Amino acid sequence: MSAKTSQRVAKTLCWVAGLSTLALLFFLLFYVLWRGLPAVNLRFLLSKPESMGRSGGIFPTIVGTLALTLVAIVIAVPAGVGTAIYLTEYTQESTLTRLIRFGTDSLAGVPSIIFGLFGFVFFVITLKMSWSILAGGLTLAMMILPTVVRTSEEAIRAVPHDLRQASFALGATRWQMVTTVVLPGALPGIVTGIVLGIGRSIGETAAVILTAGSSLGLPTSLLSPVRTMAVHFYILAREGISDQAAWGTGAVLVICVLLINVVINWLIGRMVVRR
Amino acid sequence: MFRERLIRYLLLLVAFSALGSLALITLFIFKEGLPLIVKVGLWRFIFGSDWSPSRGSFGILSMIIGSLWVTAGALIFGVPLGVAVAIFTAEFAPPALTAAVRPLIQLLAGIPSVIYGFVGLTVLIPRIQRYLGGPGPSALAGAMVLAVMILPTIVSISEDSIRAVPREYRDGALALGATQWQTIWRVVLPAARSGILTSVILGMGRAIGETMAVIMVVGNALAIPFSPLQSVTTLTSNIGLEMAYATGDHRRALFATGVVLFVIIMALSMSASVMSRGSARR
Repeated sequence: MSAKTSQRVAKTLCWVAGLSTLALLFFLLFYVLWRGLPAVNLRFLLSKPESMGRSGGIFPTIVGTLALTLVAIVIAVPAGVGTAIYLTEYTQESTLTRLIRFGTDSLAGVPSIIFGLFGFVFFVITLKMSWSILAGGLTLAMMILPTVVRTSEEAIRAVPHDLRQASFALGATRWQMVTTVVLPGALPGIVTGIVLGIGRSIGETAAVILTAGSSLGLPTSLLSPVRTMAVHFYILAREGISDQAAWGTGAVLVICVLLINVVINWLIGRMVVRR
Repeated sequence: MFRERLIRYLLLLVAFSALGSLALITLFIFKEGLPLIVKVGLWRFIFGSDWSPSRGSFGILSMIIGSLWVTAGALIFGVPLGVAVAIFTAEFAPPALTAAVRPLIQLLAGIPSVIYGFVGLTVLIPRIQRYLGGPGPSALAGAMVLAVMILPTIVSISEDSIRAVPREYRDGALALGATQWQTIWRVVLPAARSGILTSVILGMGRAIGETMAVIMVVGNALAIPFSPLQSVTTLTSNIGLEMAYATGDHRRALFATGVVLFVIIMALSMSASVMSRGSARR
């Protein structure tokens, strides 16, 4: 093959790969919305499921999803942002920081089913939390921790160095400098990490089903078992309880994912503009 | 000043949360799983092909092979496609298109795995059955669904490493009269190879560890597969399905399966971090 032909063939193939991936994405989104949206209305969102989810709505699963996500965020964000602050502002590259990074990177690669097994034996059984919002939320917090650490660290590093110097020159202590200069500057990036974490919490199934259970009741406390939307979707779909209700739940999930991505891109856009 | 010191120590403590989590997970998964591996014997556990919890027979060979089939298939479909997309966005696409494509590829990563599973079940499986034969739910279906799921990992890391190749490399090759594609193939890709390999290893980890999507499309038959159209069970799908009701030794055997999975994943994580450190040094 001549150089010119191979150039043309390769370029065409790469275009085909790029465009067909986009086509695949749009197909996925439109297919789920097309199958699911007809079932979604205010009553579907705000009423309780009847006969195992065959009819009725998904309200308790929305509450369950929100509760789990909230617990996960409340725990993972201080831990994750704190780790990022320590790594960037309080220490230099050393064996210790490499060890901490190794832990973060490895945790990011651990499959959700392993988190599920761990959460089950540790939170549910050993700490006697039973299947609950607390056990599920703590498990999710561990899962999203690496995301929060990475995005926060990147955002904090992007804050210009002279701003820190200026703050020190004005007599600020390190912590004052962090809270008045670094964190406000890195806020959009940190929020991006949080929103990514929310996205992961909403879509997670394997870890949640083993730690929060699949009870369809409305939770009354942090120790109540709940069923999230993703788990509800899985059970309806897999056990063939109701395709219509399953796709309806799936459509709500996909809409959440789309909204989250819009927010993230808006935030990233803001960061780029400011720099 | 006391307050500053206190804050420093608190942050140090917090900084260990990820590492501590990893340690706790390792400890508890091994504590639950290892005794059964010892009882059955490592060799018989891994190379035994009979899994009958009711008779106390625990061999996970068919699941290991099932996992290998779907993961290898996912890489066969996903890596060429993902690298091609990365080359497209980094080298060929006009900047405006690249700016639009990047967030869309990331959107692919945000779609919950159960959605991939159910779309695979309703769209892909009937077509596999009609056009290729077999029962439908199969290693092939699992591989195709996983290939899409690992695309974001492969595309984003490969693209970053392609972009990180210095401009002068390209200019040098082009100045010598190479076409754009010769430049990419002979200069850019070799220079970006450690990043691309890292993306493949991380994608592989995702494919091996994925559970819910796989459960929905592979059929979960407990036999050693001989064709990609046969139904398989993977390490993860078996844990995901049987944890719902397992007790006693059966449950411990599922944790033992988790131990095997965990060791594979940690080995992949470590090679990925060695690999990316190699590229950072260059």
